[in-house]
Amino acid sequence: MDIQDYFSLVFTDYTLRTITLGTAILGAVTGMLGSFAVLRKQSLLGDAISHAALPGIAISFLITGAKDSNTLLLGALVSGLIGTFWIRGIVTKTHLKSDTALGLILSLFFGFGMLLLTFIQKQPNANQAGLDKYLFGQAATLVESDVWMMAIVTGICLFVLLLFWKEFKILLFDKDYAKTLGFNTKAIDILITSFIVLAIVLGLQTVGVVLMSAMLLAPAAAARQWTNSLATMVFLAAIFGAFSGVFGTAISASQNNLSTGPVIVLVAAVFVLISFIFSPSRGLLFKQIRFIKNRRDLELHKTLAFMYNIAETHDDISHPHEIKILNSFQGYTKGTLKKLVEKDYVTLKGSTWSLTDEGFKSALNLYNQLTRNDE
Amino acid sequence: MSNAQIEIQLIASLVAIACAIPGTFLVLRKMAMISDAISHSILPGIVVGFFITQDLNSPLLILLAALTGVITVVLVEYIQKTGLVKEDTAIGLVFPVLFSIGVLMIAKKANDVHLDIDAVLVGELALAPFDRLLISGVDVGPKSLWVIGSILIITIVLLLAFFKELKLSTFDKGLAASLGFSPVIIHYGLMTVSSITTVGAFDAVGAILVVALMIAPAATAYLLTTDLKKMLIFSIVFGIFSAISGYWLAHGLDASIAGSISTVLGLLFLLVYLFAPNKGVIAVLYREKQQRIEVSLLTFLLHLKNHDEENERHVNHLNEHINWQKVRSKTVLELALKNNMIVINHKIVSLTSKGDEFTTKAIDYIITNEDAQIEDMKDDFFLFRG
Repeated sequence: MDIQDYFSLVFTDYTLRTITLGTAILGAVTGMLGSFAVLRKQSLLGDAISHAALPGIAISFLITGAKDSNTLLLGALVSGLIGTFWIRGIVTKTHLKSDTALGLILSLFFGFGMLLLTFIQKQPNANQAGLDKYLFGQAATLVESDVWMMAIVTGICLFVLLLFWKEFKILLFDKDYAKTLGFNTKAIDILITSFIVLAIVLGLQTVGVVLMSAMLLAPAAAARQWTNSLATMVFLAAIFGAFSGVFGTAISASQNNLSTGPVIVLVAAVFVLISFIFSPSRGLLFKQIRFIKNRRDLELHKTLAFMYNIAETHDDISHPHEIKILNSFQGYTKGTLKKLVEKDYVTLKGSTWSLTDEGFKSALNLYNQLTRNDE
Repeated sequence: MSNAQIEIQLIASLVAIACAIPGTFLVLRKMAMISDAISHSILPGIVVGFFITQDLNSPLLILLAALTGVITVVLVEYIQKTGLVKEDTAIGLVFPVLFSIGVLMIAKKANDVHLDIDAVLVGELALAPFDRLLISGVDVGPKSLWVIGSILIITIVLLLAFFKELKLSTFDKGLAASLGFSPVIIHYGLMTVSSITTVGAFDAVGAILVVALMIAPAATAYLLTTDLKKMLIFSIVFGIFSAISGYWLAHGLDASIAGSISTVLGLLFLLVYLFAPNKGVIAVLYREKQQRIEVSLLTFLLHLKNHDEENERHVNHLNEHINWQKVRSKTVLELALKNNMIVINHKIVSLTSKGDEFTTKAIDYIITNEDAQIEDMKDDFFLFRG
């Protein structure tokens, strides 16, 4: 099946439609909430929480004995939240730093989860197979009810986000100010963190424990490059996330042996790469271009200023001088001279140059501007 | 105990020691999450190495994987240096991408060979004794024992040789650089050792346990001591303890050894986190409560000193005036009485000469904020002991 077949099948084939919708919604909601995680410098929280959710899945299976994905995700949510608040406890109450706390919770919870999973596998219960899909995620196991679940959670997220937009925003950028205004920063903090945990848990079934952090970060990191406005960033991140989901599913469906989760992550990474390089204001490419342009301008100005200093000593500013007296230390290259001629600042006659009136004037201004800047 | 059991415990303990040493420095340098990133992102290195050698224990594979680990660190630092995203985001972006590449390479090429992502992530220590190293036909023990053993020896030699440099660059980068030790070389050296340890331990215990064994013993030890040598020893002891008791837990439950070792590590950390003498949560909460009471006491004494009029010093008035909702004024009154700082006559509180002197000193301290002034007060006053 190639990509074209895929797009014609999306609207007719039940499985494909479900998976595409599911990954798209997931991408959108993680992108949305991921923006907050990235801006709050909690990027790795996603990684820690997704690992910390594993024992919750195992325990809720042990208790209920059922593989209903909603029950399992509820368990994951609870253990994810416990992990989050323990991380917070470690950071606030001890001198251990946040990276240590994250790594601790991540590995210890995950190890405990693995203990439980292997313990479950030895149980004489035929129902237990398939719990390990949460490790790497299997988008193929999504059914319509899962997608509905995701849609509902996304709806709630969107609603809460719009309702508390002002509070979230102020907490994000100026916590102390929010406190002085009388907002209950602790409650808002817990609310936003809980939603981040919720989004992570939602994605476990689709992309799995290991890759969930990238789902959370990549769209947000890409969106960050294009804008300085929170609203635009959240919106863009949701779009990037949704497109990563759709393209990832399309690519993995059109090839054999490509699991969906990693492909989605790689697509999202391509978005990040493109944003890093091509974003107009922050991107590496335009930064480099601006850098080169600035250097050229500087060379041009230096040459002009040098010429001005020479011309100043003569009564007649258009008195010709040898090109030889210019050197690269004053920013002179053949290029700059040519540019100056193009701008009509300088006229060339054989091996001599002379400043035009216009050139003299702009050099004078340049000089004034410089001195004014110096002051 | 059978031979295999002893060998498993030996391998687990060696892995624990080999992880605890670089782990201590990672925790102190606030780079704990780098170990998580490395443990995931070496997957493509392992896969490529496996395609070339077809052997999970070959040295080439370890080298390639360690190289990927160092590449991860370089990539993270490069992305961070562009200033486009923060360091944690850079880590969070790099390793899932590399891991995904590894997973897809396995899915595409290695379908019918023995390389299972589950095994890579979780490891199977129980199988380690069955993969023997044969030297000219003579069985000299399990392969992973030799692999991790040689890594451990290299680590210990490097640690002993560069202990001073490591210590200095960990605690004072600027001084280390000005004394001529290159922090960059030490940084990448540590990263290389961490990568190699991760790879070596990987096959035996899996990626996640490597992270647990690196961070958890060091973090637990850090709660108990602030001496680098003691911290190293503590984390090694914790590592070995959890390796061996974890093995027996797994034996009892018939579950994953790696999982139960991290569970033991988790319980150990929880215990220390709660009950550590100075830095445990209970000690911290107790200290915070004491400090709250003593701040109130000080406020109370200052109030008494500032007011001569009787109505300001009436017991009932104090409740509303100094705004004590959280700490009961009774506790403070009793504390002050017990220390002979105040006397109460007909419900009017007044300072004793001792209380007066104490308050004057406290004001001095608050105004000048000089430690020397209160050196002698530190013994009887909890608050200033910090």
